[in-house]
Amino acid sequence: MSRPDAAEPEPSPSVRLPAPLVAIRGLSKSFGPVRANQDIDLDVRAGENHALLGENGAGKSTLVKMLYGLLQPSAGEILWQGRPVVLDTPETARSLGIGMVFQHFSLFENLTVSENIALVLPPERQSRLDARIGGLSERYGLKLAPARPVWSLSAGERQRIEIARCLLQDPKLMILDEPTSVLTPQESESLFRILDQLKAEGRALLYISHRLDDVRRLCERATILRGGKVVGTCDPRAETARSMAAQMVGAQIAEVSARHATPGAERFAAVGLSLPAPGLHATALKGVDLAVRGGEVLGIAGVAGNGQDELFAALSGERLAAAPGQIRIDGAPAGRDGVTARRRRGAAFVPEERNGHAAVPGFALSDNLVLSRHATGEVSRGGFLLGRAARAIARKVVESFDVRVGAPDPAARTLSGGNLQKFVVGREILREPGVLVVNQPTWGVDALAGAAIHQAILDLAGRGSAVVIISQDLDELFRLCDRLCVIHAGSLSPATPTAATSRDDVGLRMAGTEVASATAHAH
Amino acid sequence: MNGEMAQLILVTVVTAATPLFLAALGELVAERSGVLNLGVEGMMVMGAAGGFAAAYVTGSTLVGALAGIALGALMALLFALLTVVFAVSQVASGLALTIFGLGLSGLVGSGFVGLKRDPAPHLSIPGLTDLPGVGRLVFGEDYFVYAALALAVLVSFVLGRTRAGLVLRAVGDNHGSAHALGVPVRRVRILAVLFGGACAGLGGAYLSLAYTPFWSPEMTAGRGWIALALVVFASWRPWRALGGAVLFGGATVLQLHAQAFGIGLPGQFMSAIPYLATVLALVLLSLRRRAGSVAPAMLGTAFVPDR
Repeated sequence: MSRPDAAEPEPSPSVRLPAPLVAIRGLSKSFGPVRANQDIDLDVRAGENHALLGENGAGKSTLVKMLYGLLQPSAGEILWQGRPVVLDTPETARSLGIGMVFQHFSLFENLTVSENIALVLPPERQSRLDARIGGLSERYGLKLAPARPVWSLSAGERQRIEIARCLLQDPKLMILDEPTSVLTPQESESLFRILDQLKAEGRALLYISHRLDDVRRLCERATILRGGKVVGTCDPRAETARSMAAQMVGAQIAEVSARHATPGAERFAAVGLSLPAPGLHATALKGVDLAVRGGEVLGIAGVAGNGQDELFAALSGERLAAAPGQIRIDGAPAGRDGVTARRRRGAAFVPEERNGHAAVPGFALSDNLVLSRHATGEVSRGGFLLGRAARAIARKVVESFDVRVGAPDPAARTLSGGNLQKFVVGREILREPGVLVVNQPTWGVDALAGAAIHQAILDLAGRGSAVVIISQDLDELFRLCDRLCVIHAGSLSPATPTAATSRDDVGLRMAGTEVASATAHAH
Repeated sequence: MNGEMAQLILVTVVTAATPLFLAALGELVAERSGVLNLGVEGMMVMGAAGGFAAAYVTGSTLVGALAGIALGALMALLFALLTVVFAVSQVASGLALTIFGLGLSGLVGSGFVGLKRDPAPHLSIPGLTDLPGVGRLVFGEDYFVYAALALAVLVSFVLGRTRAGLVLRAVGDNHGSAHALGVPVRRVRILAVLFGGACAGLGGAYLSLAYTPFWSPEMTAGRGWIALALVVFASWRPWRALGGAVLFGGATVLQLHAQAFGIGLPGQFMSAIPYLATVLALVLLSLRRRAGSVAPAMLGTAFVPDR
């Protein structure tokens, strides 16, 4: 292991290997009839930051899972330092020097930080491991409390565990799968500083991200996947985020066009909305105030797990408020109304989870349409379903929102993420609701579908509706919203006009440090 | 009531608690790995039937105990095959296992109904076992009791202090993450379920070899269900399960003595006390504010890896 202390000289360059650190040759992977990866070639050299770009479903995760020994290729080979290797388990990959930081944290909520780390390392004494974790914090500024249980930690702290776990294996190649998607801008920046240091130590990085600005900041080479195949390589520093996105999609993405509506009267409001935490590890809402006028888009930023789901449930009526006046729809008190009653008042809701929350995966699209329209629309009479009317409206949603379907009226689960999301958003927007509350409108959605959804939301607001967007994607919020507020630990900050705020400012509020910095200024 | 009599009552409490504790300890390990096995009753009753039959034929209590362990583990293997390998519903499979076990044990034990053998041997240390007041309670129990205590020490140590225990808890907390890190999730679960079955089988054998040294059909009388409740009562911690088992064992003994003293309540009601106590304990437990970790997060969910 090389220890790059300032006093020591760097390891001699003569150890540099002629072959790339890892070379993937003609790798393919099929799941039944689905060909997730086809004939992929990829090289990563020691000391290189290599980006792997592509839309959702392009096959990035499948590829890195094969590199980490979690999936076995159907064809092709992997060369490690020039020699062919079979990566049958993650242990084999780890013993070669391949480490992985997972997209959805692969952590154990009820275990402590050091237990989580110990799981992937050869057995050693607890005290020794704790000392090594402490050493990492000195060397890289990775602050960790070994005895804390994971469920009590923030997203940024959880990310640090993943990275510490990877670093303690002293990897030569680190795979990072969407590491910044749940971090505040400040947390991302501190992650990048650690990654810079790792690169200086000669470690290679395979970096997956949809945040192209991050890729341009970190990586000197990028491989672009589309539909399971390599469609190109580029130097991200010589490209723009827009040109790389076009290569990922295979088409130019339309810019969303801004609308100029003058805000009207208040259409939707929450007043002093407080609710206890609905369960273990959940967040209580603490005196949430918000008000949205017609023609206006209000954005709610925040790091995952700060009460977004609880707030959505309270706004949509899945959980009732304590008093009727705590929610107002077009001036009428609706706090004690359930979801259906709020829909009758002209509100519409799109939850974050497409499968299982917004739509029943096994139901046909027309049946899914009935689920959110049964009380407001034209799809039932006297308790009986009007199947033909439901199918007609579902078809209209499919046509208006360019939902790609394989069959007329297919089951929801047969649609790709982006297409199903277009359907569940379109299902609500086509009703012309006076109020739309949407949680993570483009989470895991491809760029073309995302742009279409953004345009539809802006158009709805342009026609005089009030829109609330809860999202962790700051790009999305800054693009769409007139005003922004931040949810942190169940409290909602006052809204500020988007034009008068910066990402750094929002990032600080997402981390809950606003109060601290305000008191610091006071001194 | 003098000291000797108190000791005698306490000895019977220990005897009533031991089978509950053994079964609960095994189920606790299985549940910590994320598998809910509702077939404890079935595995216990098979252990009781097979244990008695083997001991009667060979004349050895040890062979009987080993046969009980083997039959419990065999039942658990069937359960593991269904739920872990084929990802069948754990609830349905567990209920089926109980019904299956109650039926099959009747068949296995059919030739042994009404037969008797000597109760399992007790520890006897000259000088210590004769100590007045505590000698029999501490130094004069049957060997099963000491084996159960040793097992509790072992389980508690392995779960809390060893790599194997950490892996087991990790699988129960998040099988997806464990798989992503290369932990053999299904192998861990099969082993945990087998251990649970072996413990339940031993607990059942205890009933027919030590508690009442004869076999009668369905002699477990719902103890498997009490053991399941005990695991929840103990919040999945071994030493709390021991405390709970003594409590429930005490309730069983109490109702026997209460009936003997002729308290003016119907006998059926008195017999129901341990079960009522179980229900009451579970209700009180669910009312308690839930803080920190309680149940293994994956409890009852099947793991199916993508390939």
